[in-house]
Amino acid sequence: MPSTLPLGDPAPGDGVLPGQAADGAAGRGFSLYAHIPFCAVRCGYCDFNTYTATELGGGASQDAYAATAASEVTFAARAMQESGLPERKLATVFFGGGTPTLLPARDLVSVLRSATDAWGVSQDAEITTEANPDSVSQDSLRELADGGFTRVSFGMQSAVPHVLRVLDRTHDPARVPQAIEWARTAGLKVSVDLIYGTPGESELDWATSVRTALSYQPDHISAYSLIVEDGTKLAAQIRRGQVPGIEDDDHAAKYTLADALFQAAGLAWYEVSNWARTPEDACRHNLAYWHGDDWWGIGPGAHSHIGGVRWWNVKHPTAYAGRLARGQSPAAGRETLNAETREMERIMLLTRLSGGIQVDSLSAGARHAMAQLIADELIDARAAFAGRLQLTLRGRLLADAVVRRLLPD
Amino acid sequence: MYPTETSPGPVPVQQLGTPVSPMARTAPVPAATDPAIIRNFCIIAHIDHGKSTLADRMLQLTGAVQQRDMKAQYLDRMDIERERGITIKSQAVRVPWEMDGTAYCLNMIDTPGHVDFTYEVSRSLAACEGAILLVDAAQGIEAQTLANLYLAMENNMTIIPVLNKIDLPAAQPEKYAAEIANLIGGEPEDVLLVSGKTGMGVEALLDQIVRDIPPPVGDPAAPARAMIFDSVYDTYRGVVTYVRVVDGHLKPRERIQMMSTRATHELLEIGVSSPEPTVCQGLGVGEVGYLITGVKDVRQSKVGDTVTTLHKPAAQSLGGYQDPKPMVFSGLYPLDGTDYPVLRDALQKFTLNDAALVYEPETSAALGFGFRVGFLGLLHLEITRERLEREYNLDLISTAPNVEYEVTLEDKKVLTVTNPSEYPTGKIAEVREPMVAATILAPTEFVGAIMELCQQRRGVMGGMDYLSEDRVEIRYRLPLAEIVFDFFDLLKSKTRGYGSLDWKADGDQVSDLVKVDILLQGEQVDAFSAITHRDKAYAYGVMMTGKLRELIPRQQFEVPIQAAIGARIIARESIRAIRKDVLAKCYGGDITRKRKLLEKQKEGKKRMKMVGRVEVPQEAFIAALSSDESKDKSKK
Repeated sequence: MPSTLPLGDPAPGDGVLPGQAADGAAGRGFSLYAHIPFCAVRCGYCDFNTYTATELGGGASQDAYAATAASEVTFAARAMQESGLPERKLATVFFGGGTPTLLPARDLVSVLRSATDAWGVSQDAEITTEANPDSVSQDSLRELADGGFTRVSFGMQSAVPHVLRVLDRTHDPARVPQAIEWARTAGLKVSVDLIYGTPGESELDWATSVRTALSYQPDHISAYSLIVEDGTKLAAQIRRGQVPGIEDDDHAAKYTLADALFQAAGLAWYEVSNWARTPEDACRHNLAYWHGDDWWGIGPGAHSHIGGVRWWNVKHPTAYAGRLARGQSPAAGRETLNAETREMERIMLLTRLSGGIQVDSLSAGARHAMAQLIADELIDARAAFAGRLQLTLRGRLLADAVVRRLLPD
Repeated sequence: MYPTETSPGPVPVQQLGTPVSPMARTAPVPAATDPAIIRNFCIIAHIDHGKSTLADRMLQLTGAVQQRDMKAQYLDRMDIERERGITIKSQAVRVPWEMDGTAYCLNMIDTPGHVDFTYEVSRSLAACEGAILLVDAAQGIEAQTLANLYLAMENNMTIIPVLNKIDLPAAQPEKYAAEIANLIGGEPEDVLLVSGKTGMGVEALLDQIVRDIPPPVGDPAAPARAMIFDSVYDTYRGVVTYVRVVDGHLKPRERIQMMSTRATHELLEIGVSSPEPTVCQGLGVGEVGYLITGVKDVRQSKVGDTVTTLHKPAAQSLGGYQDPKPMVFSGLYPLDGTDYPVLRDALQKFTLNDAALVYEPETSAALGFGFRVGFLGLLHLEITRERLEREYNLDLISTAPNVEYEVTLEDKKVLTVTNPSEYPTGKIAEVREPMVAATILAPTEFVGAIMELCQQRRGVMGGMDYLSEDRVEIRYRLPLAEIVFDFFDLLKSKTRGYGSLDWKADGDQVSDLVKVDILLQGEQVDAFSAITHRDKAYAYGVMMTGKLRELIPRQQFEVPIQAAIGARIIARESIRAIRKDVLAKCYGGDITRKRKLLEKQKEGKKRMKMVGRVEVPQEAFIAALSSDESKDKSKK
């Protein structure tokens, strides 16, 4: 989650949502995101809303955080009820960060328990936590599994030491297969995250990382190009010429290489940056974002969406804890989407999925634009004739351009 | 602005401001002024040589402007004039001055100071009997000044040479006095030394004007003849026409007649500027003032025309009138297509006040709807464009300036081409291009560099004269097309700022010219087409394709950029296809930001111009059409 918050409308202190949020809610899934804003060190490329141990104290400290997060769950359940939303069990839960596993497993489990107490979870719920290979043990992973977690996503990033150094990642690459093995033994599904296009990374380095990740036989892989965000240490290093800049052509070549290797190993893409062994292995929590489901995000800087109302919490953990302690909504701002912006988001999000968009749900203008997209080999012709808009490999690399061409002028 | 009521009669000096000893105790009254006490003069000076400052000092010394109303460069009214330090439109000011117990009336006629306005200068000079030749004592005379000085001497005007800015540490009065004496005859000691800044020598100069410049001569009983030397549109009063009466007299409520068109108008108001407009009972022989007839368009009151009266018309005009002829043409397009009506209205208003400006609508496939506008020269273009942008809040793209070509086809049909896109594609028998006679003044050390530049610009040398030991005048005949773009900037840089240029039209010549087209992905972009000499076509093609490769962002497909003469490709570049345009992460917290980015990109796309399927940002058009040298809009 990038740390800059959008500009929006003011959000009311009681957290009650506008009327449209409840419309059709019974037909939508409901999920929970829990942001854990702590890291052992801040990585040079990261602009997420996260803090190292020494940066925070008081109610925002790591020790007190589980209780603070649980208090937002209570707040959320009440606000949703007052907004007229129906009772729904959680379809998915996702703990992200930061580094969630920097908190003791019992803290993560207690936050999860407060959520299941408030809403309940559906029988086959997917409950994921992100994890740093350095900050898990056989015992902690077992404790998470026992506490209800079903899935763990490891931040592997690269298998190449000099690349990890540029990223400021401190883990020992040999630790990754060990952690994966423990997770599997504990009964958890496993995903790994990779980053490509790090300055100084050769195509061979990248192929090594991809092959190494595949050798661990994960159920799921996410691969992201490195984005150099303003204000990060890496951006400053590139500006000063200390590390080479980012090249889009290099990203394109590495994406194409990774996609070929993933497919050959039996993982299929289901979203621009995500591959899964079987459709059941796709991350259902992320699919909920892309399908426009409802979710509540707890934690500082966390975003939420319910029925076309999006809001985001105050960024700083101290301010966040203070609001909740006073019984106030931690939301910093929100926006209420209209029909036009909802459609824009629907196209923007669904286009990125392998399932694509049902053609007959598109406007006449967008359908008209498809002819040229086919000619430009950005969308699949056969799928289009069969009534679906689906990206080709070239289209995945130019997905933002495809979306712009589908949107009305 | 122009009072309708006035108090005629002598104006007591005490009311006018701080008493200065030689100031006239009573000012001579308009319409009742004996020509013998009138002195009409102008100031010939190069830009920056201090003309406006000197004029300001004269206004103060004569009491015409009170101390508290004084603002720097009082006579330069428009903001752009004051900022750029140049005078675009002239005005005439009537001031009193007393010498040896006699009150005199001095009419100071301001002249435009730039090469583009030669004709206007010539009319201002024709309204005077004498001229102050004002030269910066630290810089010496410049080509433009020389040209105007030549015009003044041709008119048999009395010249009073003056060196200004003698208070400057860098002043070299002896050296430049010798240079001036060498040019106009006389002794170096006859050159007056003044400082407009401190006021030193200005009183002596006013006395000298009275002594040396002859009074105007005319026949008060003859039919009225007055020459128009300026014509200005005023929002409240319509056209204000500045005249110098030669014979007879003009009175309020009379019907006057323009001799070139025979059009008649009623004289609603007649007055003098002193320097604020002051209504008077008329103007007699030798007097200078303004007329208001209620006409709304300066084209009905043309500079150089002769005004007479309907009831007693003169048989012959004063002569010397000519229609202003645009020399340089450029397409002006609003960046935002919806501003087109604003630009149209603005141009229409500008022509009310600028008889030299001509325009007609044109359409560019790349730039949309705009106008082809004709100007007297490049400065005229720049000033007009700047005023349009500033006064009407417009963002404009101007295409590369070009000249008027005469193209004869093999079937003997003759076409006039002011826009490369009108250049015929059929068999061409010959093309004629306008030529100029250029005079360049510079220190001798730069002769080599100047000759090299002129040679590159297809110039033919006409001669060279030494003005002094270290200053030289070089004359060249050059195609106008070669000097309209960046010639002056290059001349300045090659002579470290010391070179100056004057030019005038000098017929035309047959040249080996071709049209170079620029193609984006096979589509011709009319805005980038150029007519050039065959020997320079390749250089233009390489330059423009190279520039565009840098300026146009990568697209989803490869974009070839070609330069071509007809079907023959002479230069080629290509923009590689973009391979990645996707944000890797798009999770819950990214959605709002990502959507707002998309909205912004969509907005940005609206400002793109489509050439075929290629999206070209407007900035690329602007950057490609501006020369690197002219980015810094140096004073000219």
